[in-house]
Order: sequence, then structure tokens, then C-alpha cells
Amino acid sequence: MSNSGYVPNLPNKPLWLLAELTYACPLQCAYCSNPLEFAKYKNELSTDDWKRVLREARKMGAAQLGFSGGEPLVRQDLEELIAEARQLGFYTNLITSGLGMDEKRIKAFKDAGLDHIQVSFQAASEELNNLIAGTDAFRHKLEMARLVKKYGYEMVLCFVLHRQSIDQIRDVLELCVRLDADYVELATTQYYGWAYHNREHLLPTREQLQRAEPVAHEFQERLKGKMRIFYVVPDYYEVRPKACMNGWGAVFLTIAPDGTALPCHAARQLPGMELPNVRQHSVEWIWNQSPDFNRFRGFEWMKEPCRSCPEKEKDFGGCRCQAYMLTGDAANADPVCDKSPHHHVITDAIDRAARIAAGKESAAKPILFRNPRNSRALLDVGTTKPEASLPA
Amino acid sequence: MTENNTVAAGDVPQLSPLYLLRWEEPQQAHVMLYPEGVVKLNETAAAILLLCDGQRTAAEIIADLNSRYTSADVSAGVYRFLETSHAKGWIRIKS
Repeated sequence: MSNSGYVPNLPNKPLWLLAELTYACPLQCAYCSNPLEFAKYKNELSTDDWKRVLREARKMGAAQLGFSGGEPLVRQDLEELIAEARQLGFYTNLITSGLGMDEKRIKAFKDAGLDHIQVSFQAASEELNNLIAGTDAFRHKLEMARLVKKYGYEMVLCFVLHRQSIDQIRDVLELCVRLDADYVELATTQYYGWAYHNREHLLPTREQLQRAEPVAHEFQERLKGKMRIFYVVPDYYEVRPKACMNGWGAVFLTIAPDGTALPCHAARQLPGMELPNVRQHSVEWIWNQSPDFNRFRGFEWMKEPCRSCPEKEKDFGGCRCQAYMLTGDAANADPVCDKSPHHHVITDAIDRAARIAAGKESAAKPILFRNPRNSRALLDVGTTKPEASLPA
Repeated sequence: MTENNTVAAGDVPQLSPLYLLRWEEPQQAHVMLYPEGVVKLNETAAAILLLCDGQRTAAEIIADLNSRYTSADVSAGVYRFLETSHAKGWIRIKS
């Protein structure tokens, strides 16, 4: 790093590797945080590339490994990669929609040493689930959730909450009880990629949150010791930002399907990124030496109000991607923080969500499903009509 | 902290089955692994959680730690940590 004052101690070691194996996915969820332009990244890493990445990351200290995507089940070498990861000593998680899974594969994952399977649901009812997912998936997911348990896994379920699903929170939790889930993540939509594009359709209203929160707490209390329910308020409704990724380049390493190494899965969009690729560089160089991973380490890059803020070591100024998307400068405070001079962009978005939900205004753009056709269409708009501005 | 997270001397804390606690050589630290995350523990936190084996009571855990770290009575800090761990779902309490 060229900045003065900050002494670049050898950074922390990576602890958590997110392996985004592919952007291919049979679902079309509008709340996906994958990049809008995913259709242009076609050159997926080979099995051998991934094995090398796993080896190098493990050697550096990574212990937690998530296989994600897109839908990681699309990769036919998934069993082989799980076995390799297990042999290296990773704690392994498969983060999946369940589509592309069957009993044979679940058994093969178990034999390969997979630690956990997290199955995502879009909603608690067949109709809404399939509407949101843009495909007929619900019954298959139920079946997969049951099979996961049958093969000795804890049942880990993930429901993504947004304006169109959050009112069903009680149904969601009752479904989890019926399925005898062990761990339920009520994941609040994170507004990156497709979700950011569709934010006017997805951001819940304050009233919705006020209704949902007591329900989550009621079930947490009732099922204490039986089912762990993870629920967080969306950061848009907070006044302090999340400690995004526990600090830039501090814990978390994402490898995108094309081999691009990122400090978080949304960081590709930031201007000025060099986007090092594991095809050209070692994981060690990328983590310790690359300009990208050093860019927002420490505190010297910060502007006011973060720079002199007593809480900067707690939240690191929030999310760099959110700062960029919402204020135009990745070094600004995350505008979720009410000390940020840009905080109004958050409250404006909340107010607008309330007016749209009440039918007083309508969203500027129709909801856009995440699929290759829409991704290519956005890319074409970007090249042929540059004046049509895309969200970052 | 709700009342339900209070830990008493006779309670027997046990690491929740969803959590895996292990030493990580490259990190030179104990880490706790769970489906959606990982926590790197400092020495004190690891020492306490390693004793949450479903056998010892909170009082016995404190006695064990006091015998190793003689500088001051650790009980207040240990109860606070156990209560936080319970609230986070890291440990279960068998009474």
C-alpha cells in the first residue's frame, strides 16, 4: 500500500473461503446478489484449478469453505471437490437450492465428507415459492430437506426475506418446525447485483419488519435448544452499518467462477479494481500483496466521518460496495450510518418502498428475473445505448 | 440479555451440536465453525468453551480456570462469557 501512516503489518490470514463454482443456476430469483453481467463470465475454472485454490487457501489458514454459485450442483465435479476439501481439512458447506440434487448425490456428498448442506427456500408455500424462484421447485426442495436429514446431516434451511415474502414469516417458521429443521437462516435480502436492480420491489416496509420481528423472536424463544433461528434486521433499517466481511481483506476470500479473487462477492463492481485471477496469481500473493486486497485494509483510506469515528474499529465504515453504489465513492461511509452525510439515500429508499407498497407510486422498472437472457440484454443495453444507465 | 440466558453455578454448559471447535495450526488459534460462519477465538474464550463438555458445571469450569489463571477470580468474566455464548447459541445449558 502506498498510503502513509498505515504500517502494512502482514495482514490477518484468510479464514473463510467462498468458492463460487458457477454462475449457472436453474432458479431466477430477483433477489440474487450475483453480478447483473454474470452472463459474460463463461470461462469457469477447471477441477484442477479449484483443487489448487483449495490447497493454497487451506495452507494460508482458511478453515471454513462454502461451495456456492449460482447453483454449485451444476458442477459435475462437485463430489470430487468436496472430497479434496475434506482431505485438506476444510469444514465444508454446500449452499444450494436443492435443484440438481437427488438421493444418490446426497449420499455421494456424505461419502466425500461434506459437513453441511444448506437448502434455500424462496417461500413457505408452493405457489409463492415457485413464483419467486421462477420455476417449479418447491416439492423437490421439501424432499431434499428430508433427505438431507435422513443422511445424518443437520437440516440447515435458508429463507430469503423481502417485501413479497416477509409477511409469510410465520408460515416459513411453521414449515421449518414441520420439517424438523435444526438451523434456520432468515436471510434478509442484501441489495447487491440483481437484488439492487430490483430493490424497489424487494425492500420491505418498516411496518412489515415491525410485524415480522416479534414472530421471529417468538419462535426463537419457543424453540430454544431445538432449532437455532438466525434473524437479522435489514441494514437499511439500522443507523450503524454492518461490519461488512469483518473488514476488507481480513477474514473472507471469494473466488468467482472465472477465477477472479475478491474480498467480497460484490466487490467486482468497484471502479479501480485490478481483479487478480487465480489463473495468474497464487492465493498467497493475492491475499498478501495484491492492490485489491490491500485497498481498504487498515483505516488510512477512510474519509470523514469514519476517519475520526470512535466506532471505526467496530464496523470498519460498513460496506465498501454499498458506499460506492449509493454515494458514488467506495471510500465514503456506508450511508446506512446516520453519521453519513448521504444517509438520506437510505431513508429515501425506505420512504419510496412504503409508497410503492401502499400503491401510491409504482416502481420505475419492472422486476427483473435473474437469468442469462436478462443478463445478456443488460449487457447489450450497456454497449449499444450507453446513455441508458444501469445501476452499478 | 433475556432472563433465560442467565447461567447459574449448577448449570452444565455444552457446546451446541451445530458448532465445531478445533485448533487451527495456520491461525495459531482455536476456531469455532458452523454452517454459516466461523469465529476465531482468543485464548480465554477457547479455554472456557473447551471446558463446556456437558459434564462440568459452571462452578467447576470456574474452579478449573481459577486453578490455572491465578491472578484474579475469573467467575464474573466467565459467567458473562457463558451468557453471551448461550445467547449466541454456541452452547446449550443442561440443568
